[in-house]
Amino acid sequence: MPNDELAYLRLMKLIRAFEERVDRLFVEARIHGTTHLCIGQEAVPVGACAAVRPTDLASGSHRGHGLALAKGLDVKRLMAELLGRRDGYCQGKGGTQHVASLEHGFLGTNGITGGGIPVATGAALAARLRRTGQVVLSFFGDGASNQGTFHESLNMAAVWRLPIVYVCENNLYAMSTPLHEATAVERIAARAAAYGMPGETVDGNDVLEVREAVRRAAERARSGGGPTLLECTTYRHLGHSKSDEREYRTREEEQCWLALDPILRSERRLEGQGELSPEALVALEEQVAAEIDAAVAFAEASPPLDPSLAAEGVYAE
Amino acid sequence: MATMAYSQAIRSALVEEMERDERVILLGEDIALYGGAFRVTRDLAKRFGPERVINTPISENSFVGVAVGAALVGLRPIVEIMFMDFIALAMDQIVNHAAKFHYLYGGQARVPLVVRAPAGAGRGYGASHSQSLEAWFVHTPGLKVVAPFTPRDAHGLLKAAIRDDNPVIFVENKLLYGAKGDVPDPAEVLPLGKAALVREGEDVTLVAYSRMTGLALEAAARLEEHGIHCEVLDLRTLAPLDEAALLASVAKTRRAVIVEEDTRRGGVGAEVAAVIAEGGFGSLDSPVRRVACADAPIPCSPALEQAILPSVGKIVAAVESLI
Repeated sequence: MPNDELAYLRLMKLIRAFEERVDRLFVEARIHGTTHLCIGQEAVPVGACAAVRPTDLASGSHRGHGLALAKGLDVKRLMAELLGRRDGYCQGKGGTQHVASLEHGFLGTNGITGGGIPVATGAALAARLRRTGQVVLSFFGDGASNQGTFHESLNMAAVWRLPIVYVCENNLYAMSTPLHEATAVERIAARAAAYGMPGETVDGNDVLEVREAVRRAAERARSGGGPTLLECTTYRHLGHSKSDEREYRTREEEQCWLALDPILRSERRLEGQGELSPEALVALEEQVAAEIDAAVAFAEASPPLDPSLAAEGVYAE
Repeated sequence: MATMAYSQAIRSALVEEMERDERVILLGEDIALYGGAFRVTRDLAKRFGPERVINTPISENSFVGVAVGAALVGLRPIVEIMFMDFIALAMDQIVNHAAKFHYLYGGQARVPLVVRAPAGAGRGYGASHSQSLEAWFVHTPGLKVVAPFTPRDAHGLLKAAIRDDNPVIFVENKLLYGAKGDVPDPAEVLPLGKAALVREGEDVTLVAYSRMTGLALEAAARLEEHGIHCEVLDLRTLAPLDEAALLASVAKTRRAVIVEEDTRRGGVGAEVAAVIAEGGFGSLDSPVRRVACADAPIPCSPALEQAILPSVGKIVAAVESLI
C-alpha cells in the first residue's frame, strides 16, 4: 500500500524534524532540562500506531516524542510542553518525560524506566472489564525489559489475557550499557515464552514490517487472544541524552546503522515504486520544516503558567 | 445503628460502594476465595464475581501500577496490600505515578485509587510484617493518608476515600480488626481531613491516630485519677492534616504529647510537632513530647516488641514529665 507509506514517511520526517529542532533549541538554551531524542527509531511508533485505531491507547518511555506525534498529538502543543509553556499538553508541568494527552488515548511518556508498563497493563485490564474493544500499546526500551515491572506486568497480562501489545524498542543500548552486558538471552522476544505469550522480533527500521506485526498482535488482542511481546530492533542515531558522548560504541557501528535508517528505507522503496519524485520529496521536506517553524513560534509565544500556580493542582477537586 | 468489628465495618463499606458504583473493583493477593490474609474481603468474590474481586500474582509494584492505569482510564480500584510492609515494593507506582499524574498532566488525569494497608505491630509477626509506614506517604504530595481508630470511622472514611478522586493510602491496624463499635445506619460518609476530639480536657492534648488513640484514651483515664485532665485528639486523616483542630486544642491546653506507632525519626509526630511549633508556639507552656516506636526494626520476641512500642505507661510518664 504505497500511498499509506507516503503518509508514514511524512510522519517519520515530521518526528525527525521535531527532534532535530529540539536538539537545536537545547544547544541554543531555548529549552532547559534534558531530553531523549528518538532520531533513527521513528518507524516503530509510526508503524505501530498505523496498525491500530485512534481510540486505542498507548503509553511510552522517556524517549517518547515520536510516539506522542504518532498517536496524533499536535506538534505545536507538544513543542509548547517541552518549552515549559502554558499551552503545552500539561501546562509545562510535565515536560518531555511526563507528557500525556488522554483525549488522544496517550497515557504518557514516563521518566521511570519501565514505569509505564504496569500502567498500560491496567488500562488494558479496564478495557477488558468495560468491554470497550480497545487495545493498548505499551512502548519501552531494551533496558526496561530488565525491570521487575516488565516481568510482573507481562505475567499478569498473560494470566488475564489482556488486550495489550508490548512493543520493545530495542536500540541495543540502555544508556551506555550494551544489551549483551545486561541481558543473557539473544532476543528480548524470547522472554515472552516465560509468560506464555507469543514473542516476535521484527525489523524496527521498516515501518511496514512494524505495522504488519502490530496489526497481527492487535487483532489477536482484540479478539481475546491475549498479549504479545514484539521486539523491534532499531538504533538511536544520537546519544542517550544531552550529555552522552557515545564512548561505548564505535563510529563504524554507527555508520552501519545509518545506512539502515528507516526514513531512507521508506524513501527508497517509494522511489522504486514510482510513488515519490525528487520534487515531491523536496516539497514534503519543506512542508515539514514549515510545520516545525510554526510549532516553535507557537510555543515561544505561549507564556509559562503563572508561577503563583506552581504548587496548585496537586489534588483533584 | 449496628455493632460491628473494625474489619466488618471495612467490608461493609466495600460492599456498599461496590453496589453503588460498578467502577469500583478490588485487586490484591488472595483476596478472592481466601478473603485476604485478615479475611477483610471474605465472601466479596462470591458476591461480586471474579471481574470485580481480582486475585493478583505476588507482584506488588505492578499490581498497584495496574490499578493506577485502570484508575487513569476511569475505574475506581481498591488495592489490598497484604501487610503494609509490602508497600515498600510498590513505592515507585505510588510515589512516582499515582501521586503525580494529576499534577504532572496539568489536571487532565485523575487517579481515584485506594490502597488499603494493614499496619502495626503487637502480634509477634516480626520486622517485615509489623511496621507502620504512613509517614512515607504523608511526605508525598498528591497522596491522602487516612488512619482510622473506630469501626465507625473506618467505615465512613473508607467510603469517602473510595469516592475521592485522588489516591488515598488507607492505613488499617491489625490489632483493631476485631475491635467492636457502633456504625450508624443509614451509612455515613465522613469527610477526609477532619480530626475528631474524642475526649475533652484542659491540661494537655494527646494527639494520636489509629490504634494509638485507644492507648491515649486509656492513659487519659488513668491520668484523670491523678487529677490531670487530658484532651484526646484523634487525627483520623494524616494528610491533609487537620491543623486547625490541632492548633485549637493546643491553644486551649497549652501542652501536647503526640502518640504514634510509627518510628520516631521523621515520623508523623515530627510533622505534628512542627505544625504546633509554627502555628502554636506562643501558646505552649512546655515542650512538645513524642511517644513513638523506637528507631529500630520491630523485633519478634514479645518482650522486645512491647519494649519498643508506645504503651499506656509511656504516655502517662510523658504527660507527668510536663506537669
